[in-house]
Amino acid sequence: MIRALLSALALAVAMAAGPAHAVRPDEMLSDPGLEARARAVGSELRCLVCRNQSIDDSDADLAHDLRVLVRERIKGGDSDDQVVQYIRSRYGDFVLLRPPFELGTLLLWGGPLLILLFGGVALARFYLRGQASAPPPLSTEERRRLATVLGEGTEP
Amino acid sequence: MNRRGWIFLIPAAVFGLLAAGFYRGLGIDPSVLPSPLIDQPAPHFALAPLPGDKSGFSSADLLGHVSLVNTFASWCTPCRAEHRVLNALAHTRRVPIYGIDYKDKGDVALAWIAELGNPYTRIGADDGRVGIDWGVYGVPETFIVDRDGRIRYKHVGPLTEADVERTILPLVARLER
Repeated sequence: MIRALLSALALAVAMAAGPAHAVRPDEMLSDPGLEARARAVGSELRCLVCRNQSIDDSDADLAHDLRVLVRERIKGGDSDDQVVQYIRSRYGDFVLLRPPFELGTLLLWGGPLLILLFGGVALARFYLRGQASAPPPLSTEERRRLATVLGEGTEP
Repeated sequence: MNRRGWIFLIPAAVFGLLAAGFYRGLGIDPSVLPSPLIDQPAPHFALAPLPGDKSGFSSADLLGHVSLVNTFASWCTPCRAEHRVLNALAHTRRVPIYGIDYKDKGDVALAWIAELGNPYTRIGADDGRVGIDWGVYGVPETFIVDRDGRIRYKHVGPLTEADVERTILPLVARLER
């Protein structure tokens, strides 16, 4: 019982520590503020070797080189945007994990909205037409015949 | 069919568009990324020679003639396969080949060259930083640089004889004109 509790506790502590980073201690900047900026930049940059990891999460050699480069540029006084731009100008838009919003990516970002719009219009039209073509109310004669069929009225 | 008959063509049209898009996608190699450096000036660099070698390799070497820049490494197996093709290309003397030895430790590349032959006019040893400036994400990668020092073409992965015949040599000839 105590063992189970202890393992649960260990697991909770491990999970609270957050996802494992590939950032090695010898890469880190001594200034925690600058290191935090480097982490923010690194988490936005794709490792081009493993493709679906950021350079902060990847153990690839190139990711290590890029992490060191990001920290060098930040220490050298670059803004976060300048660092990203520096790497983007060499590796292209694909290095950005979050695609930029520009003319070429308009369909990518606007696509879901477009589909929602089309779907909404189609749905609205479907229901509005349903209302418009509702059958006209029964006439007195029809009511009388209906009552007869249902056995509630008298035979004519 | 009533006047709304055309509405049933929409799914067919959507299917047609998707099919055309997917068909086009079949021909795209996802491991090859487009480089933003095409038609840009090659980066400025000055690489030290391999240990025990005489000349290094710097961006000034690229001016005045069309050149091939090949990144390689002794730890890279595809480079070994590619080396035979580079040797053959160097033998034709059509275009000078410059080598960037990417992240090799010590003088292992010299032993590699001694074993496989040396197609390179000049070789520079890179610790990875110049590779980043060239947008290298995996060796071997090969660039064609025009006489003004602009990168005009990038090939990712090992060159084959077919690549040299169909792409490299025609482009070199066009750039030399």
